[in-house]
Amino acid sequence: MLDILLPILIFAALALAVIGAGRRVRLWRQGRSARVPLLKGLAAMPRRYLVDLHHVVARDKAMSNTHVATAGGFVAAAVLMILVHGLGLGSEAAEGILGWLLLAASATMFVGSCFVARRRRNPPARLSKGPWMRLPKSLMAFSLSVFAITLPTVGLLPQDFGSWVLALALSAVLVWGLGEMFFGMTWGGPMKHAFAGALHLAFHRRAERFGEGNRSTGLKALNLDDEDATLGVEKPSDFTWNQLLGFDACVQCGRCEAVCPAFAAGQPLNPKKLIQDMVVGMAGGSDANYAGSPYPGQPVGEHQGDAHGPIVAREGKALVDAETLWSCTTCRACVEECPMMIEHVDAIVDMRRFLTLEHGNTPNKGAEVLDNLIATDNPGGFDPGARMHWAADLELPLMADLQQVDVLLWLGDGAYDMRNQRTLRSLVKVLRAAGVDFAVLGNEERDSGDVARRLGDEATFQSLARRNIATLAKYRFQQIVTCDPHSFHVLGNEYGELGGHYQVYHHSTFIAELHEAGRLAFRPWKGGSVTYHDPCYLGRYNGEFEAPRNVLRALGIQVAEMERSGFRSRCCGGGGGAPITDIPGKQRIPDMRMGDVRETGAELVAVGCPQCTAMLEGVVDSAAEVRDIAELVADALVELPAEHGKGQAQTARPLAEEVV
Amino acid sequence: MRPESHHDGSLAVTVLVSVGRHPLTGRGRRADQDARGVELAHTLTGAEVELLHAGRLDEGSDAALRGYLGMGFESLSLLEQPAGADVLPALAEALEAAGPQLVIAGERAEQGEGSGLLPYLLAERLGWPLVSGLAAVEEVAGGVATLLQALPRGQRRRLQVRLPAIVTVDAAAPAPRQSAYGPARRGRLDVQAAPVMDDADMAEWQAQPARKRPKRLKIVKAASARDRFKAAAAKAEGGGGQVLTDVTPEEGAEAIFKLLKEEGVLR
Repeated sequence: MLDILLPILIFAALALAVIGAGRRVRLWRQGRSARVPLLKGLAAMPRRYLVDLHHVVARDKAMSNTHVATAGGFVAAAVLMILVHGLGLGSEAAEGILGWLLLAASATMFVGSCFVARRRRNPPARLSKGPWMRLPKSLMAFSLSVFAITLPTVGLLPQDFGSWVLALALSAVLVWGLGEMFFGMTWGGPMKHAFAGALHLAFHRRAERFGEGNRSTGLKALNLDDEDATLGVEKPSDFTWNQLLGFDACVQCGRCEAVCPAFAAGQPLNPKKLIQDMVVGMAGGSDANYAGSPYPGQPVGEHQGDAHGPIVAREGKALVDAETLWSCTTCRACVEECPMMIEHVDAIVDMRRFLTLEHGNTPNKGAEVLDNLIATDNPGGFDPGARMHWAADLELPLMADLQQVDVLLWLGDGAYDMRNQRTLRSLVKVLRAAGVDFAVLGNEERDSGDVARRLGDEATFQSLARRNIATLAKYRFQQIVTCDPHSFHVLGNEYGELGGHYQVYHHSTFIAELHEAGRLAFRPWKGGSVTYHDPCYLGRYNGEFEAPRNVLRALGIQVAEMERSGFRSRCCGGGGGAPITDIPGKQRIPDMRMGDVRETGAELVAVGCPQCTAMLEGVVDSAAEVRDIAELVADALVELPAEHGKGQAQTARPLAEEVV
Repeated sequence: MRPESHHDGSLAVTVLVSVGRHPLTGRGRRADQDARGVELAHTLTGAEVELLHAGRLDEGSDAALRGYLGMGFESLSLLEQPAGADVLPALAEALEAAGPQLVIAGERAEQGEGSGLLPYLLAERLGWPLVSGLAAVEEVAGGVATLLQALPRGQRRRLQVRLPAIVTVDAAAPAPRQSAYGPARRGRLDVQAAPVMDDADMAEWQAQPARKRPKRLKIVKAASARDRFKAAAAKAEGGGGQVLTDVTPEEGAEAIFKLLKEEGVLR
């Protein structure tokens, strides 16, 4: 009887899956068009899955092994089951290898599903419950029933083993398994992540991020040429289709939630919920069925929307509240941690663009900062002619006078900030000690546009960027050095799309190179213990984790690492315009970070970013001093042996032409 | 502060807007006081708001005027006027033709003559009442507007004025909303023909950069923070001066004339 029933069941499930897939694809195609190489993407997909995705999953060893066993077992079992039971290939060669392989695959999957079940016994808060709680049982149902129906095929049991009652019971279990695995995959069950995830990897909007050591973190430019187009994302259907596909790939593992600084601070943001809300919006409905942690302070079930309705309502509630979008510090911890390679920050900035450019609703000081940027080219509204006042006594060489130098020192808006001026003075001292041929733009410099862009004001960003690029094009230099990771990121990764290509160094990288080249000598460190805070825009955005630590090591400092450091560093709360939009939470993000510092017992926290300095220094009653790496280096400088320093200084003259 | 209802249908409001100038960089922008006037008009329920500008249309003024459109308007009427023209006749004719109930303007322009006289001249010419330093329009009913006027040191005075009227706003009015790039870009500048009259007086004036004038220092001898605060918050008390009550207009005029002579305003 099973001989007749099995092919029917299998092919019925497959047919339903195909219908579901069609419906799912239709949902994604509500989005805007996006140019993606389809075949190339599909060809690259297995590698992206097996290498890039697995690399992220493998940060949790137990989970990655569980997933390898379950997913690998399932894929093998599904294919073999179709061959053996669907097409009957196994029965001709009963002792053939296919049946045995199918047994092995389903057994492996069963072992994996046992581990899934164990994880679901006391699931951490970040995991979604609801339908996800039945998944281990469904996995077991599928693997066990496939195992059982294969036993007669390979001859371990007689063909007519058991009664029709047993066969029927077995079929029922199989139907459950097939339903979850095939039907649920495309009709919106937990297994949807496999179907959507595979296609998401293939058609990812940042194909360049895949591959060893590759990164793609710069925001993509918004096309401002079409005057009639709505700017940014107003409705779920304003996302590109592959962004919608990406949202659908979410497995609700909550790794993003666990690392999100805004969530931890009790601000109304949970990256996982945000992605789920986008899925709700895409399909239409309310968030009442969401079974994970809500946005802090906001009960689930009050928001709803559809693909062609607004995401954020001007008044009242829609899919998400504006505060949710403005809570993000754009630290990219969620993106870094996401095993499905979902781009949360892109989506948030897309929606912010609409709020700023179309609604004119940047909260709190946002509008004032943007007006300042438009009128004075700096967020503080200071006189552009006063940009160099801090260096009145330093006689800094100007690009306008020299025209051609080795290093262009980009000051950033920290030039107006008294705390950062100390860092800048230290950096100048270090560059002079190393005999670096450098100059500054002086009053010709403008804000890089980082804050404007992350507040969603793409028009002001592009205006600032284009004028900066035009200024930089007047001069010849080999590289840009800056002590501001935000400028570093924008100049290095985001100006390229607008025609500005530069070799940009963060000052820590540059100082590390100078020291390696023997152009700086330090007296040994005499202070207490030191920890290092990785700025998001240096670390996660640009992969520079080692250079600052090398500099500290060269200073004779042993870094007492915080639990969350390197690519898992916790944000200081200063990115993405978050201090400007200032969405209230239960606690402040920099307080939590200084708590991390306190746990190491360090007396000093070394930083490499004006934002981090400001945020961490703003923490009251903190035991640790906050100092920029440039300041530590400047304090430790000793004169190089005379002839050594001279020779180095001479070779430091520019040898090559500028890179533009 | 919002008016609850207007039983006589919609209220036609015209806001006079000018091209502003940022105090530090001199870049064109929406003028701050005018933008506050637009904001005030925006918060009036049931108001049909028109924006009106008289002046040149060039690249600089285009960007600045679009700043007002970005506050949520589809169009702005522009009476094209050459440089050095007296915009008064053009504005007066346009207002007479359109017949708004309420005209809102900033106290003074951020560039050009900036005398702050335009609203007064306009009111004189149209024969309408003028209220300066408005903080809010509380209610409009039956052709009468209840206004809240801002006085120094946070004081407010409630006034009733028969419409049509001209009101001006200064920094006491609510801060303007953010100007959004998309609507600003999509909005229309409707250029309208208007009579041009050269400003003969201004052509004769000589302009020179303003000098910073010395400021009289207010020396406060205070022992405690409380005294200093009182001194800072106290009303300026003139030492001299007199209060005249129950005098004839002639006597009053005589007294004012005498004072102006004493102060050297009149010679």
